[in-house]
Amino acid sequence: MDPLRFDMGKIDIAWCPGCGNYAMLRALKEALAELEIAPERLVVVSGIGQAAKAPHYYRCNLFNGLHGRSLPVATAIKASNPGLVVIDESGDGCMYGEGGNHFIHAIRRNPDITNIVHNNMVYGLTKGQASPTSFQGFRTLVQREGVFHTPFNPLVVAISLGASFVARAFAGDVSQTKEIMKKAISHRGYALVDVLQPCVTYNRLNTYAWFKENTTYLEASHDPYDRMEALRRAFETEKLPLGIFYLNPKPTFEETLQVYRERKDPLFKRDPDLQKLSQWIHSKRGI
Amino acid sequence: MTFDQEVSIVLCGEAGQGIQTVEHILTQTLKLSGYHVFSCQEYMSRIRGGQNSTLVRVSSRRVAAPVDRIDFLVPFGPGSVRHVEKRISSETVVLGERKLFADEYQGERGIDLPFSEMAQEVGGRIYTNTIAVGLLAGLLKVDRDVLGRYLRSHFSGKDEGTIQKNMDAARKGTELSDRLLREGRFQIDLPQDNKIKDEILVDGVEAMAMGAVAGGCNFLSFYPMSPSTALAVMLAERSKDFGILVEQAEDEISAMNMGIGAWYAGARALASTSGGGFALMVEGLSLAGMIESPMVVHLAQRPGPATGLPTRTEQGELLFALYAGHGEFPRILLSPGTIEDCFFLTQKAFDLADRYQVPVSILTDQYLLESHYNLPSLDPTQIPLRRHFVETKEDYKRFALNESGLSPRGIPGFGDGLVVVDSDEHDEEGHITEDLLLRTRMVEKRLRKLELIKKESIPPELVGPANYETLVVGWGSTYHAVKEAVRRLERDDVAFLHFRQVYPLHSDTRRYLEKAKRRVIVENNGTAQFAKLLRLETGFEMDREILQYNGLPFSVDALERRLRSVLG
Repeated sequence: MDPLRFDMGKIDIAWCPGCGNYAMLRALKEALAELEIAPERLVVVSGIGQAAKAPHYYRCNLFNGLHGRSLPVATAIKASNPGLVVIDESGDGCMYGEGGNHFIHAIRRNPDITNIVHNNMVYGLTKGQASPTSFQGFRTLVQREGVFHTPFNPLVVAISLGASFVARAFAGDVSQTKEIMKKAISHRGYALVDVLQPCVTYNRLNTYAWFKENTTYLEASHDPYDRMEALRRAFETEKLPLGIFYLNPKPTFEETLQVYRERKDPLFKRDPDLQKLSQWIHSKRGI
Repeated sequence: MTFDQEVSIVLCGEAGQGIQTVEHILTQTLKLSGYHVFSCQEYMSRIRGGQNSTLVRVSSRRVAAPVDRIDFLVPFGPGSVRHVEKRISSETVVLGERKLFADEYQGERGIDLPFSEMAQEVGGRIYTNTIAVGLLAGLLKVDRDVLGRYLRSHFSGKDEGTIQKNMDAARKGTELSDRLLREGRFQIDLPQDNKIKDEILVDGVEAMAMGAVAGGCNFLSFYPMSPSTALAVMLAERSKDFGILVEQAEDEISAMNMGIGAWYAGARALASTSGGGFALMVEGLSLAGMIESPMVVHLAQRPGPATGLPTRTEQGELLFALYAGHGEFPRILLSPGTIEDCFFLTQKAFDLADRYQVPVSILTDQYLLESHYNLPSLDPTQIPLRRHFVETKEDYKRFALNESGLSPRGIPGFGDGLVVVDSDEHDEEGHITEDLLLRTRMVEKRLRKLELIKKESIPPELVGPANYETLVVGWGSTYHAVKEAVRRLERDDVAFLHFRQVYPLHSDTRRYLEKAKRRVIVENNGTAQFAKLLRLETGFEMDREILQYNGLPFSVDALERRLRSVLG
């Protein structure tokens, strides 16, 4: 499929020139085209923030909901119609801050969705406050003495919870990011792709150059089925490893749902069994 | 003492003592014997201990509201009599073990019945409840064959020995009743009606669950909170039969957003919650307003603020539900007054939500949800099931502007179009916009839907004379209590106006209020919230307020007294 099928034509994009989001957008369009996923079959859910605007910039069914609330929406869409391909794409504030509780429970639930997180370690749209993944010491107009909080490590959390697919990518490397996205989308079950994405306006610490210098791909010998090893690598901070850390194949949320045990059609095609309902009502006569 | 019209029985004991089993078997067998029955409960927020009570009204005419009066009190524990002391009159007869009631109830007013000893003879304390069932059923002349058959079916999951012991226990109870009746301390002779035997006996929760199924509900997301949990549990129990996806969410925020996501994908979703949980859903409610998503929320009210009284009743969330959600958007608030309403309004909520692409909240409360009474039947075909989404074409625009304000709703994966929705202000396609002229048109489009909804609002029900001077006004769960209290006044100048849809109000509302010389509002809250809403919408003030906010529903006798004192 030609990635141009996802093109929106001439549109006004609200991202700053040089933003890491552009590279992610390109990688995702190419990944979708290579996987032959038609826009009509694709639903992208997002929250609020600069990253959450992403699905407005490629052709797809789109649910741009509330800040931090995209995962429950994505879970329900996939559960109501498992035939759809569902991607949840938002920023680090959305997923790890406001939506932290949903992040934890989405991993536990294991819906067959791909969770792409634009992780730029700063709040861009609200003009430069710290995010849950900001480094300690990162100074902002609010965190004037530098961030004191321990940074949130999404990979460690996800692996600890037994997420079925955990990866990290760097937006500066479009071709590798695309490959990781393709594997995540093809993966059956919840797939986290935490994408390190430079914010050229508000994060002068974690720049393209900084990420290039401070990241390294996991070696080919890394065994993604080894949970403790995956965890050990996810804790590394000297150089941030990139690639697929952890794979944990297991039944998806939809597969375990009783409503799909005998029938596979989506919920919108179903009518209530009125005869059974009448029997239920009738049973309230007693004996 | 002779009872020829009605008997009021109160069962009182600790949580975990099985009073609900007594209530259940007794009401069913009474109904199957041709009596009208009503029962409701009040209980503490705990798993064991405390004191809970259940009222069972048995009557020769339809009964559907609580009374304070106690004809027969059956205490199951040491604190039981004290728990309902204020309701005990000189006419109340206490039936139970002597050690459970004080000296003042001895003699005529208290009858010592050795339940524990009898239960031990059968096989253990556990059979006390069935002995009590037998006693009360016997006093009320329940058909013995019906009692036996019902017990057998009720305990059908148990082993034959247990079933037999329960049958023995019930027989001991009926023998006791035969003795009491022979001694002639009281006569109970209520007319029985064969037609009632075929009626159904159901509570508010189960009627709502049936209504949800009838409305096509196939997705339920919730987080447990009393008293709303009962509906989720009931639907979960039936989920396999009716293909309902039931998910316990991590919190109410998630439950609400899941519901909206499910509607987006074409499911019919319901979220069930109570005050504190609804507070968390408010952000999502506003999302439904903006993206014009249907959504059905069951708001089982309980006394607040904050945690309040978790297992008690109140009508305290009306204005909260009216204003819940940031920004301006149309919504519908339904307030069932009867068990029939619990069914039909829940069914209707799904149709309204789907048709007008708005959130619909159904306001109930602990009292209504847990009240039982017999009614002829429920017909799911009265509201035909229609789906209001469309198959999309390639050039589909989710928020296409038109005269009605209602844009055809597409769902992803059904048709060739793309379905784009955004919590930001959006253009016709659904994409973010900051075109302020378009913003104005989108606001107007959303608000225009309210005019359509108003045209279909459920009219209030007038009970009593059309040429009233005094109009008693109520909404939601107080329906039967007010109706019975007003009837007891026996005045041809007093009528009762009940609202089962509290927003938007039916256009007749103004006319009804205007006609009254005096208007009395009855509400189970402390600030007369519906009176405020009526003034806001119609300009009419209420002259008098009858409010109650102690966590209990209005009883007919107390309400009658208060109405008499207000009316003079």
